[in-house]
Amino acid sequence: MEPVAVVGVGMTAMRRERREDGYADLVYEAVRLALEDAGMTIDQVDNVVTVSNDFFDGRTISSMAVQDACGSYDKNVSTVEGDGTFGAFYGLMRILSGSFGTTLVCAHHKGSESVMPLITNAMFEPVYERFLGAEAVTSSALQARAYMDKFGVTEEECALVSVKNHGNAFRNPLAQLPLELTVEEVMSSPYVAEPLKVLDCCPISDGASAVILASAEVAEKITSKPVWVKGVAHCCDAYHLGDRDLSDARALRDAARRAYSMAGISDPRREIDLVELYDAFSYMELMWLEGLGFCGPGEGGKLTASGATAPEGEIPVNPSGGCLSGHPVLVAGLNRIIECVLQISGEAGERQVDGVRTAVAHGINGPCGQSHCVWVLGGEK
Amino acid sequence: MEDWRKGQEIVVMEGRIKVPYRWAAGEVGTRYLQALRDERKFLGTRCPGCGIVYHPPRRHCPDCGRECAEWVELGDRGTLVSYTVVHRHHPQLSPLPLPFGYGIVKLEGADTGFLHLLYEFGEGELEAGLPVEAVFAEEREGSVLDVRYFRPLREVG
Repeated sequence: MEPVAVVGVGMTAMRRERREDGYADLVYEAVRLALEDAGMTIDQVDNVVTVSNDFFDGRTISSMAVQDACGSYDKNVSTVEGDGTFGAFYGLMRILSGSFGTTLVCAHHKGSESVMPLITNAMFEPVYERFLGAEAVTSSALQARAYMDKFGVTEEECALVSVKNHGNAFRNPLAQLPLELTVEEVMSSPYVAEPLKVLDCCPISDGASAVILASAEVAEKITSKPVWVKGVAHCCDAYHLGDRDLSDARALRDAARRAYSMAGISDPRREIDLVELYDAFSYMELMWLEGLGFCGPGEGGKLTASGATAPEGEIPVNPSGGCLSGHPVLVAGLNRIIECVLQISGEAGERQVDGVRTAVAHGINGPCGQSHCVWVLGGEK
Repeated sequence: MEDWRKGQEIVVMEGRIKVPYRWAAGEVGTRYLQALRDERKFLGTRCPGCGIVYHPPRRHCPDCGRECAEWVELGDRGTLVSYTVVHRHHPQLSPLPLPFGYGIVKLEGADTGFLHLLYEFGEGELEAGLPVEAVFAEEREGSVLDVRYFRPLREVG
């Protein structure tokens, strides 16, 4: 792959309701921050990829409504409906096509403006599944159960993720939900859908973010410390829940294998310094850690209990607080990429982990991590 | 802006997007739903290449792409692959009073599982591999809700 770099990043604060800002205002804020970070003006952006979902926005062709805010007016603009990691993947491909030197990718979400379960219910197939009323939480509960049954993972091991990530959020001023928790407190929070309890689930959030990608030629002119895309891949599993082995993140394993191969990584645990992954529910961090190859199947809980995934551990996972501490859908995956970029650049503030040279960002689409996108980012070309 | 903001409530426009849709079940879905409605029977389709029996039925095999023209009658009993007991749910989405369950059920004769509701189970009774049976609605109209739910199998044989 021709080298491509992230040259600018911007995130708004994630909050339960940012009533003072319309979603275009959030996009404007994120894009302005990314341009400032890159030291660029909007005139230097060759093309734009926006990330949005019409159901969440309550507006059809929602991408067209943020044109002014993201500066795509008079530019080539296209849209991805899905997680921001997939939007950034498309933005990367547009540079690799040779047609563009820079791509701005921005994502927005205002969970406060709609009713999340009614929207996530609509992701299911309307003839056989949708009228049963399942949505993101209940379908994820089915996956959690299948995964925990298969490997004997306990609710307490999942609770450790919630304790760690909510605790990490205290060092991230943009996080929505820093909480000082104990495993007992997570365990005694009420069940939503067994085995998932309130404190195993991500919050509903408002937020936006933006990244600017550039070809090597442009990146090296713009910035003295670009963060390079070393490897990237995505892979998708079946649509019907019953067709999948929900306990097996095989699409993630495949995406990780290909992204690592591109990045020349053979031993992820040794060669990767930090992970930001999509922990919409606490069990997901364990499953995705296994899928990403940081431990064997069913060993995510033990790895977490050992302290290895804490900010000071051997392989820090979600030092930002993760999606459990702020979950603007679509934006959330882009934030994983941005957190990795900040860590590699040494600009992660209080949540900075020492010596991060290579980091992995991960996003998901569809129920129960149907599709996974894995990014390997590094400080050296 | 800041001075003006003092003591002001931000205006929120409330609305509701209500658009009727008509999702065609297609030939395969129609035959399936008719069998549920008229005969209380679950039908699957078999892939001639992989031999996999799909339920819900598919016209084409997701694995190898061949046409699955052979219909297979499945049992109205099966086993639980996974399950959850739901304690909090949006009222508009709850087809049964709380707490009810969702399960992935693999019917007798099928190779794939399918999503459905669980009810009439005791506390702690649900587990992977548990035999379950379909409870059909008396009045059926050709939808997946013609099966009211699955419950643990009460009698063996």
